[in-house]
Amino acid sequence: MTAYILQRIFQALAVMVVVAFVSFLMFNFVGDPVDNMVGQEASYEDREEMRDRLGLNDPFVVQFARFVGNAVRGEFGISYRLQRPVATLISERMPATLELVGASALLSILIGIPLGVYTGIRRYAISSRVILTLSLAGVSLPTFVIGILLIYVFSVNLGWLPSFGRGQATQIGWWSTSFLTVSGWKAIIMPSITLALFQMTLILRLVRSEMLEVMRTDYIKFARARGLPDRLINFGHAFKNTLVPVITIIGLNVGSLIAFSIITETVFQWPGMGFLFIQAVGFADVPVMAAYLVMVAAIFVAINLIVDILYFVVDPRLRVDRTVASGSGE
Amino acid sequence: MKVRRVFGGILVASALAFAATPATAKNTIRWASQGDALTGDPHAANEAPTNSASRKIYDTLVYADKDLKFIPWLATSWKLVNPTTWEFELRKGVKWHDGSDFTAEDVKFSFERVLSPTSDYKKQVNSVKEVKIINPHKVHIIHTGPNPIFPNQLTSIFIMSKAWSEKHGVTKPQDRAAKEETYAVRHAMGTGPFKLKLREPDVKTVLVKNEDWWGLKQFPHEVDEIIYTPISNPATRIAALLSGELDFVLDPPLQDLNRIKSTPGFKIKQTAQTRTIFLGMNQGKDKLLTASVDKNPFKDVRVRKAFYQAIDVDAIKKKVMRGYSVPAGIITSKFIHGHTPTLDKRHPYDPAAAKKLLAEAGHPNGFEIQLDCPNNRYINDEAICQAVVGMLAKIGVKVTLSAIPKTIHFPKIKNRETDFYMLGWGVPTLDSHYVFSFLTKGADKGWNGTGFNDPEINKAIDQIEIETDFGKRDALISKVWTKMKDNVNYLPLHHQVIVWAMNDRVDVPIVADDGVRFIYTKFKK
Repeated sequence: MTAYILQRIFQALAVMVVVAFVSFLMFNFVGDPVDNMVGQEASYEDREEMRDRLGLNDPFVVQFARFVGNAVRGEFGISYRLQRPVATLISERMPATLELVGASALLSILIGIPLGVYTGIRRYAISSRVILTLSLAGVSLPTFVIGILLIYVFSVNLGWLPSFGRGQATQIGWWSTSFLTVSGWKAIIMPSITLALFQMTLILRLVRSEMLEVMRTDYIKFARARGLPDRLINFGHAFKNTLVPVITIIGLNVGSLIAFSIITETVFQWPGMGFLFIQAVGFADVPVMAAYLVMVAAIFVAINLIVDILYFVVDPRLRVDRTVASGSGE
Repeated sequence: MKVRRVFGGILVASALAFAATPATAKNTIRWASQGDALTGDPHAANEAPTNSASRKIYDTLVYADKDLKFIPWLATSWKLVNPTTWEFELRKGVKWHDGSDFTAEDVKFSFERVLSPTSDYKKQVNSVKEVKIINPHKVHIIHTGPNPIFPNQLTSIFIMSKAWSEKHGVTKPQDRAAKEETYAVRHAMGTGPFKLKLREPDVKTVLVKNEDWWGLKQFPHEVDEIIYTPISNPATRIAALLSGELDFVLDPPLQDLNRIKSTPGFKIKQTAQTRTIFLGMNQGKDKLLTASVDKNPFKDVRVRKAFYQAIDVDAIKKKVMRGYSVPAGIITSKFIHGHTPTLDKRHPYDPAAAKKLLAEAGHPNGFEIQLDCPNNRYINDEAICQAVVGMLAKIGVKVTLSAIPKTIHFPKIKNRETDFYMLGWGVPTLDSHYVFSFLTKGADKGWNGTGFNDPEINKAIDQIEIETDFGKRDALISKVWTKMKDNVNYLPLHHQVIVWAMNDRVDVPIVADDGVRFIYTKFKK
């Protein structure tokens, strides 16, 4: 057991190093940050001097080693664009992104699951067909189109909701929250719907197909034969058994919600990490890009690691298989 | 019935009272553009939005007003006392935002700060040797050589308080290789018309009126508060304007202008900008990187002229720019000293003549070449290049377009890795010498990617830099422009037109350098 977990952690670390290496390689293609940092008047010598001071003239391997060395100590340098420490910038923007992701995850679960159950049970009802058709739009429409559509309907035409920003945020320690003001609540409605729509339809369709599967099984038929009420069969027996894969998917999707939030944050000028990242790309702001990518990789790796460990704990077959596998190898 | 009428009356009255409140209370202007200023430190980043932000809080010795006329500001007058010394009389009774007095010490300090290694403005005033304090309200600025247009160079050299900078340890601009941010990045204290109240980079900046500003008598402006929120997505920016969350948008996209104009309660303003868009052709190299012919075809002036005459700039104006551009005959606009309407007249668009020129130069069937173009720098940059590709195809030149982000495009020009490229140039000093020193001279490195290198012209440009006889100087400027035009060093396309959008509540006069001067803003009564 310990050996298995250790091995997993070691693998996770290896993944992190590879991610850091690949993203660092990519930075060579985003262009020259020095160009954005000095005015057009700066001479060739000024630029070279700046490159030297930033260490951009060093060989790739040296730059990478220095980056890893600093990253291990939690030092990511200062942003070329905003001239502030990257760690501060990310910790300032993180609450905005996490609140948005949290709201979206909640929305997609609270709406996606009931609709999935409903369409699973009443599969031939017209309302189910309407919901499924609409959900198709949810999967196929690009995020920014949905965002702009919402803005034009609810901000420009109806004037109900703000078209950009986070409203008034309140500072609680290092965490800034927008849930304590009316303007904050109003501001999060459209971005969270935009971000949630894809996940919502995904969950809806997953729950529905799981429900259809379960409804065909023998124990449901048996329960029906015993004359149990529909409500008990549907929710007590059928729905409960669909939850295992659904929970796994939701867990993994929180990671991709953070990743997808880049587009939503750009459309709504949401001051989160994704927006910080996309601006960094435009500016070739290497310290911010590097820190962000490493952080996102860390989140994904951590989630995967936890899931792996949970599987191991929950599913005894995994242990048996491994013993058999290693046994046959000898 | 009666009751309802009374109640209705109360409702109307309270609605009126509510509507009237903003006018009686505060004149707040809420505005947005695509990106935020990079830093609050006025010497750390020489970049247009940063400059424009600093100008609201900090003052300069000389000011470019809304018509880009140079007017006295912190300096009340200036003169050359000898070829290398400029004398500035400083304004009396000017207070810093913290209440202390503005003196010559602050001017001396600010120039030292601007000239320090981490400053991004050091090149702009690199002719300055030292600042001598004559008395608390008079300084002599001594130069290493004659500099006839020094006052022009001062409209973006912001004056900081010596005492404040020393107190907060910011006597030098931010060093980007350092690990920490300095105090001046998010704090600012100047003598300017507005005080910084709140600064959240990328999110929100709030400025309030400086009630003690020295210029209030001369410029009795009406703005009590400025709230700036950067909005990077153009569609969102326009939606926010139309929904009433903003009063003013600096950079509305061209395709939305008709919609804004046709919506009641909104208006747009436009003017030609101090920036000109043009194409560069590398005529220095013996062999090009991407041309299908062995010898560099651009070495022949006939080929350059053929390219020029094959491009229908009016069509680009109509189709690509939706009418918002001014066709250009030279690569600088009417606001810049040295520009004349005659120079700005284009060689005629004439594809037949172009084809003939090309044949005479030995390319009757044209050739292949790559055009490098930025896709996120100028208004519709990539679309302009696409149009150029189509027009050159008509005279038999097969152009491959490579449209890339500016962070990759600009180094290509400076590293001489492009044969044929798009570039735009703005002129902060409003003098032709600025254009010459970057785009006509310096064929070996820097922004002149054309490889044009004429010793006689270079000598003329050096003379322009130090010539204090303005008659002679103007003749030299005219000589260089004429040579550049005849030689077709560059292929001028158009002067960019800027458009600002606003609602009817405010009136923000447009300025050709695209920098907002809120001291001229009026509110609807």
